[in-house]
Amino acid sequence: MSTAIEMVDVLDEPKAIEGRSPFVLAVHRLRKDKVAMISLVVILLIVLMAIFAPVFTAITGHPPNEQYRDIGLTPDGLPRGPNGTFWLGTDDLGRDILVRIAYGARVSLLVGVAATAITVVIGVVLGLAAGFLGGITDTVLARLIDVVLSVPFLLVAIALVSVTGPSLTVTVLVIGFFSWASVARIVRGQVLSLREREFVEAARSLGAGNTRIMFVDILPNVIAPVIVYTTLLIPVVIVTQATLSFLGLGLPPPTADWGGMISASQNYYTTAWWFIMFPGLALLITTLAFNLFGDGVRDAFDPRSDRS
Amino acid sequence: MAMFLIRRIGHGLLVLWLISIAVFGLFFVAPSNVAQTLAGRQATPETIALIKHRLGLDLPVWKQYLHFLGNALKGNLGYDYYHQVPVTKIIAQALPITVSLALGAAVLWLLLGVFNGVISATHPRTLADRGLTLFALFFYSFPSFLLGLLLLYFLYFRLTLAGFNWFPAGGYAPIVDGVGPWFQHLVLPWVALALLLAATYTRLTRGSMLDVLGEDYIRTARSKGIRESRVVVVHGLRSALTPVVTQFGIDLGQLVGGVVVIETVFSLPGLGQTAVVAINQQDLPVIIGIVLFASAAVVVANILVDIGYAVLDPRVRLH
Repeated sequence: MSTAIEMVDVLDEPKAIEGRSPFVLAVHRLRKDKVAMISLVVILLIVLMAIFAPVFTAITGHPPNEQYRDIGLTPDGLPRGPNGTFWLGTDDLGRDILVRIAYGARVSLLVGVAATAITVVIGVVLGLAAGFLGGITDTVLARLIDVVLSVPFLLVAIALVSVTGPSLTVTVLVIGFFSWASVARIVRGQVLSLREREFVEAARSLGAGNTRIMFVDILPNVIAPVIVYTTLLIPVVIVTQATLSFLGLGLPPPTADWGGMISASQNYYTTAWWFIMFPGLALLITTLAFNLFGDGVRDAFDPRSDRS
Repeated sequence: MAMFLIRRIGHGLLVLWLISIAVFGLFFVAPSNVAQTLAGRQATPETIALIKHRLGLDLPVWKQYLHFLGNALKGNLGYDYYHQVPVTKIIAQALPITVSLALGAAVLWLLLGVFNGVISATHPRTLADRGLTLFALFFYSFPSFLLGLLLLYFLYFRLTLAGFNWFPAGGYAPIVDGVGPWFQHLVLPWVALALLLAATYTRLTRGSMLDVLGEDYIRTARSKGIRESRVVVVHGLRSALTPVVTQFGIDLGQLVGGVVVIETVFSLPGLGQTAVVAINQQDLPVIIGIVLFASAAVVVANILVDIGYAVLDPRVRLH
């Protein structure tokens, strides 16, 4: 009885056809991409691991920087393999690798997100300015982009960090400072053609100023490539941070981070495979998940993508 | 074309000049205790001052820069702080190692990337396509140091332990001492570098190949009864390779400027490792020399790529 009434209701009020924005369509496409969705779940799990890192300490009873020189090392002073107490084994100082991996996720994700955010904000603003304002602004910014893209990034980054001393802030700033140029170049290229379009002229004839046209009228049109680039930039940034750590320019010890753990494992890979394998696996799974997700985002946001 | 070239080279020189100012400013303004290090722990302030004077560190930064620039234009990048070896000589010694590494890896990643890309493009949305894309992304996701260390673990340590002494733990053997050892020392670094970079080429080849295969002239070629393999390789691949060539130039330019991590992992004393050592010793002339050389490599590679592009596509010259 009640179902009949419901059906009548549905018939009485036909559902209106909704207009769907390109963004909604892209998200819809993305949600149908199985690989991307699995990657997203993996990413969320890593985020949860980072947030709830203290839970790992609570369960195992091992703080991340506690050195168990008695039970965590063999009588020869070597790391212990995975066992009931230390599920993923211990490192060279007898610390719990599982707990340190969980805490290390915080560093990777924090740097990944923060440095990417800085990169994208600087890149978008300067790219918009160069492309839209043109003239001397464009000339100066275009040369600046050339300069930043020509500098051997890793060498200068290492040199800079070695001068300033390693810290989270320095890492984030150095990565952001050298990465914005690619974003700016992409945005500038798009804006150069967008600014000739009628809707910009229309906005101007309505009395809109440069800032309004740039950020309200043009920015939404370049957001798709920026979103794609951003998702693919995060794993690159995470790798860069790990690389700096690996070269001894990460976070000052005893802070746990994956690159630093792998670096420390180098002298022990003949005796303690778990020391390099587990942090390495954590790092690889993270970057792989971000790259697979980014790949899906690119396919979803690019209408002439070759996979659709 | 001449105007295009002149403008392009002018831009390149301007970029290099700006980089020299930035790098010089960065490192010479930063606090440094290199004179202290050189003088030793028990040095008197007089000794330190003397060393500073000898290195020209007591002059104002802009004077030091002009001095540096004047010498650099004459092809002299200064001398390292510790052994007074000309920086140009240090670069000349390290360069063959980096070039050996980059070129060998380039052959591998081009073969791997282009081959996989063509297979993917000719079998789009098949299992092979998905598999190859996943393969490429898997290695693309690797941090270079991790891939290097894992190759060492499995192909050096494990193999040697199992009695197969095929690969050394690292180091470099000059090619003049025999091609065999040279090759043996470089195989693992080549493979590591090639696997890291192949993904970009797989994607590029796949994308442009798919575009090209949709063109009318490919249909014409097919309708003339030409074998499919010939259509793909001769008619298709030829024009599909343009973006690959561009990317190749850019990548090669960057690699020649130093493959920092792979060189460090495999103990290859190329430009990258030399720079890292110099950074740890605050050996400013060497750092600046290598950074400038690396930037120049990128700038030159970009100019060559642009010229190549202009030759291939006349429309570019107009802009």
